[in-house]
Amino acid sequence: MAQLGSIFVFAGFFSSYPIRVALVTGLIVAVVSGTVGTFTIIRGQSFAGHSLADIGAAGGSAAYLVNIPAIYGFIGINILAGLVLELIGIGRLRGRDLAAGIVLSFSLGLTALFLYLDTIASTTTNVTASLLFGSILTIQGSSIPIILAVGSVAIAIVMVLYRPLVLSSISKELALAKGIPETKIAIGYLVALALNVSLTAITVGAILSTALLVGPAVIALKLTRRPGRAILLASAIGVFVTWIGIYLSYDSYYWPPHNHGWPASFFVVAIIFALFVIVDTTISVRRKYLVGERAENI
Amino acid sequence: MFSAFMLNAWEISSIVAVVSGVVGFFVVQRANAFAAHALPNGAFAGAAAASYLGISAVIGLSVFSLAGALVIAGLSRRTRSDVATALVVVMMLSLGSLFLSFSSGYAQQVYSLLFGEVFGISRSEILPTLLISLFCMLVVLFLYRQLLYTSVVPEAAQAKGVKLAVVDLMFLLIVALTTTMAVPVVGTVLIFTLLISPAAAARSFTNKAHIAILLSVSLALTTVWASIALSYETNYPAGFFVGACGALIYASGRIYRFIHSKNSKSREATLAHILWGLAEAALTLNTDAPLGEVKDMANIDKVVENKLPMTELNQVVHLVQFISSNN
Repeated sequence: MAQLGSIFVFAGFFSSYPIRVALVTGLIVAVVSGTVGTFTIIRGQSFAGHSLADIGAAGGSAAYLVNIPAIYGFIGINILAGLVLELIGIGRLRGRDLAAGIVLSFSLGLTALFLYLDTIASTTTNVTASLLFGSILTIQGSSIPIILAVGSVAIAIVMVLYRPLVLSSISKELALAKGIPETKIAIGYLVALALNVSLTAITVGAILSTALLVGPAVIALKLTRRPGRAILLASAIGVFVTWIGIYLSYDSYYWPPHNHGWPASFFVVAIIFALFVIVDTTISVRRKYLVGERAENI
Repeated sequence: MFSAFMLNAWEISSIVAVVSGVVGFFVVQRANAFAAHALPNGAFAGAAAASYLGISAVIGLSVFSLAGALVIAGLSRRTRSDVATALVVVMMLSLGSLFLSFSSGYAQQVYSLLFGEVFGISRSEILPTLLISLFCMLVVLFLYRQLLYTSVVPEAAQAKGVKLAVVDLMFLLIVALTTTMAVPVVGTVLIFTLLISPAAAARSFTNKAHIAILLSVSLALTTVWASIALSYETNYPAGFFVGACGALIYASGRIYRFIHSKNSKSREATLAHILWGLAEAALTLNTDAPLGEVKDMANIDKVVENKLPMTELNQVVHLVQFISSNN
């Protein structure tokens, strides 16, 4: 069990260099994911968001093969995949589902090929594991500037497109009537999504990438209907759960099985899932017994 | 290529292809691709758990995929189903990573679960796979009308007294069962591709349900057979060929649809856009004249912006002629 005293003694926690790097990375990643994620939920593109994390692995394994930093492989293939998604027709419900499915299955095939070639090219066997399950506790401090740069670009795109993006996400017809260039907005958003997912997938892994993109945003959107507030709330929830997750992962070194830390991603996802269930149940109970209102599901 | 150990691969992949061709048709029809991705991937976590606890992987796979289906269906009542699916898949995957971190030296097995070991199948695995497949097909056959009805006109089906939530849950359970059967033998990547691409391509070729199902099955069979043969000949992983074949047949379906599209207006508009892109590229490469000026001369700008489909094509043709005559 956790030593009770260790909860109050943060000295060891904050003096650890990997922990400080993880906290800063977690902050950036959670804020970017909260911002982009809110629109991902409103636009109903969770599958695309999740797929890009897996699709990125194809770029990452290809980059490994030709010896360039994996992040460029992730970003390159994800932007390309975003464009193909738009081309196949992400606008309609069935097209959206299918587009992500087709692009995802093709990329997984590519990943299989590149990983195979990687293992032939070098004797490193850990490529698979590290590509699929990145870990927030093994990030190099030197990669924070590039994390910050890519994250800023993603947020900047969302901020610049903010008003038309909100309108086109909520009502496509209204946006068309107002003369908003739908396709350009959609592509802009997909580029932001691609950057965000590349960044998160490579730093915190494919699992946490989707969890932070979808989880905090859907909780926030259950609590407020205003996109601006939802973005702030989602970012705050994201940062909160990530930091708690990192702390618990640090603390779990003393948990059974002994001398073995539990993965941070497990804690973050478990807290998000629990929060979601609590918020969802509370709202539905309130709606049933206290308020006679029936709102649309998010 | 047809030696004893290869025979197992041929047989099992054919069984899996037939089932996924049939189930896949409904996956595509019901826009359930995310669930078809989430269940096999989440189920891998079950295998990791089973390996940690020292029990059979199939038990872990089935428990996780069936539980995943139940939770997705449960959460979908109040939350949009793609969000529910996303939450469930990350929850299952993170449990998987937890179990994986407990048991060391599992990495190679994870790899084989993700990308499959078609060539390493033993004789004893064929019978259980066949039985589960038959069961899945029977359930689909039994629910055929409801599945089709609720996916084409959900409101009408509901009005007729079909319970949407029940049919949704039943179908997710079928996908979960297909997953349990297929993941240990062909891997998550392969089963996902087989569930999506052949069925999506078949839907592009025909609108008739039973023909689409037959077509989907034959395309799935073609895909796995071609992939196994190519993988055997070239030594590259089968997963790659399945993914590539899947994308290829889907693309050919879309091209077929495009050529035979009844809506000639939209066809011309698409063609015009492609030509317009080419013309613009040619323009920037070949002339020094400012783009806006040339556009004005061809009077193309307004046409493209206002999306006037019928004349648009003619205008682009004019523009192309204009460029070629100027060079």
